[in-house]
Amino acid sequence: MPNILVFAESRGTELRKVALETVTAARTVVDAWGGGEVHALVAGAPGVGAKAATLGQHGADVVITCEHPAYARYARESIAATIAARATSAGYRAVLLPFSAQGRDLGPRLAAKLDAPIVSDAIEVSGSGDSLVVKHPGYANKVIVTLTVAGAPAVISIRPSAYSPKDAPRSAKTESMQPAADPAAERVVVKEIIEGAKGKLDLGEASVIVSGGRGLRGPENFKLVEDLAAAFGNAAVGATRAVTDEGWRPHSDQIGQTGRQVSPQLYVAVGISGAIQHLAGMRTSKTIVAINKDPDAPIFKIADYGIVGDVFEVVPALTTAVREARKAH
Amino acid sequence: MCIKRTPDSESRFKIGAGRSAIDETGLKFDMDDFASYAVEVALQMNEKQGPGETVAVAVGPDSVQETLRKAMSMGADRAVQLKTETTPFDGLAVAKAIAAELNGGGYDLILFGKYAFDTSASIVGTAVAELLGVACVTAASTLEIANGRGTARRELEGAGEVVQFSLPAVVTIDEGIARPRYPSLKGIMAAKKKPLETKPAQLGPVRVTVTSMELPPDRPPGRIVGQGAAAVPELVRLLQTEAKVL
Ligand SMILES: Cc1cc2nc3c(=O)[nH]c(=O)nc-3n(C[C@H](O)[C@H](O)[C@H](O)COP(=O)(O)OP(=O)(O)OC[C@H]3O[C@@H](n4cnc5c(N)ncnc54)[C@H](O)[C@@H]3O)c2cc1C
Ligand SMILES: Nc1ncnc2c1ncn2[C@@H]1O[C@H](COP(=O)(O)O)[C@@H](O)[C@H]1O
Repeated sequence: MPNILVFAESRGTELRKVALETVTAARTVVDAWGGGEVHALVAGAPGVGAKAATLGQHGADVVITCEHPAYARYARESIAATIAARATSAGYRAVLLPFSAQGRDLGPRLAAKLDAPIVSDAIEVSGSGDSLVVKHPGYANKVIVTLTVAGAPAVISIRPSAYSPKDAPRSAKTESMQPAADPAAERVVVKEIIEGAKGKLDLGEASVIVSGGRGLRGPENFKLVEDLAAAFGNAAVGATRAVTDEGWRPHSDQIGQTGRQVSPQLYVAVGISGAIQHLAGMRTSKTIVAINKDPDAPIFKIADYGIVGDVFEVVPALTTAVREARKAH
Repeated sequence: MCIKRTPDSESRFKIGAGRSAIDETGLKFDMDDFASYAVEVALQMNEKQGPGETVAVAVGPDSVQETLRKAMSMGADRAVQLKTETTPFDGLAVAKAIAAELNGGGYDLILFGKYAFDTSASIVGTAVAELLGVACVTAASTLEIANGRGTARRELEGAGEVVQFSLPAVVTIDEGIARPRYPSLKGIMAAKKKPLETKPAQLGPVRVTVTSMELPPDRPPGRIVGQGAAAVPELVRLLQTEAKVL
């Protein structure tokens, strides 16, 4: 039976949501094959193994933990060597990882080590036997490319949010392993982690994103956007390149072709014109709301709900209304 | 610096007759955006810390020569085309061609874009580093070199990471680090005389192939709910009852 190895991403001693998503993706593929096992490898700081049990809940048959104090920070070469060692010793039809900052960094390392074909940013994986079929949005999400991958193991990274974690409980067998390369020998060493603001939700994990554009006129007015995000509860704040270029917000908040690509349940565009490069990063959002004073702004062409008006008038009113609507629940 | 030639990202794309490639008629092609950031970083570094040599490398058919000339008109000293019939979608195959060319050494830094517009893959740079066995930092938003060591910052989801690394190294370049310069007239003239060497690419086996391409489904046309703050109650009602996101 063909099995799949999943790299279940963690940070410190916490599993990330993409870890559950990637296990669900692997479970879906293996079930479509009519059988086979999902093996999930967790590499993190001591203590991460205790959290790894939840992976069985989402369909992992075997959970392999590799704990090391140096894994509290991202030890890229050692972790890549560890995944490659497991892939080689156990033999897999495919190795799946998330298309996250870490997964993007690890995937090509693994592919080169294993001399395995690699495809990035899959939204769907199917096929069996000699060739797997992967759908991948290329050209900044403007073209859906279907790729055939020949050869095993195929290294495939999965787009965050493409698969939502599903329950497929089983009592996973647990194993542990040692790092396959000494993390003290890394050529790239993490000197410092600059944490984002406490409790700040990542754009990739937020179900609601409120984004601001140049229409806000200055960094001080992002308070309006932050207040609206807070009213929604589970929301993160994004920005356009016009805004990050001005330094009103950090580049890491930028959404679009050359920034982050997101698909939240709800995307609220505040004072954003809707340039094609911005749309490339958010057009797959489930519901889009736009507030802009220019009725001809291109953002209205793709907004499910638009309000033509001044952000300084509309956004505070919307913040109050959302807060009240959520309180009434 | 490894640069790719890609279609202008503002274009409206159509799928070609075979359904397995975009229709290139009427499309403008240029140096990929992230690759142009990599070129700018290399040139600035050489201006500040040189004199060293800056070399532009591209894998692809003869059309990439125009892109390599552009890199030289921006300031690169010379260029190498690793010639193929077409550029495969298989990032590892492309990486093998670049690694084969750079195997002999002679570089301190190899810069790549964070990803290419067409493949949107983030594969080639990291795979080259692994094939050459050198340090690799992906998606650097800052980069400094001093005393034979590099320091870079990367953006992770919700956090930043500052790393130090040994040279030689591969670094893939994120946006925001530098805005690419426009070639000057003088630069364009000078580029005509700079050496551009063409060699056959030693692509690895191509195991990832495009079977079809399609345009994503259109979003339903937009709808204006109303004007000004007066439209807020109706918007909230729609978010609750229709979109069910509130
Ligand atoms: C290679 C390349 C890559 C790019 N990548 C990205 C990317 O990743 N992300 C990105 O966002 N952009 C990107 N861009 C830039 C993009 O082309 C646009 O310039 C940018 O998105 C515009 O940002 P904006 O909507 O904030 O500003 P503007 O286009 O200036 O729009 C501001 C809007 O605010 C409205 N407005 C003004 N005042 C008010 C008010 N009081 N009330 C209500 N509305 C008001 C205006 O009507 C206008 O529509 C890229 C460009 C290039 C060339
Ligand atoms: N055909 C190519 N020739 C030269 N460099 C390339 C080529 N393809 C990709 N690259 C480099 O690799 C980066 C990442 O590409 P990709 O892995 O396809 O997303 C690009 O920004 C370029 O720097």
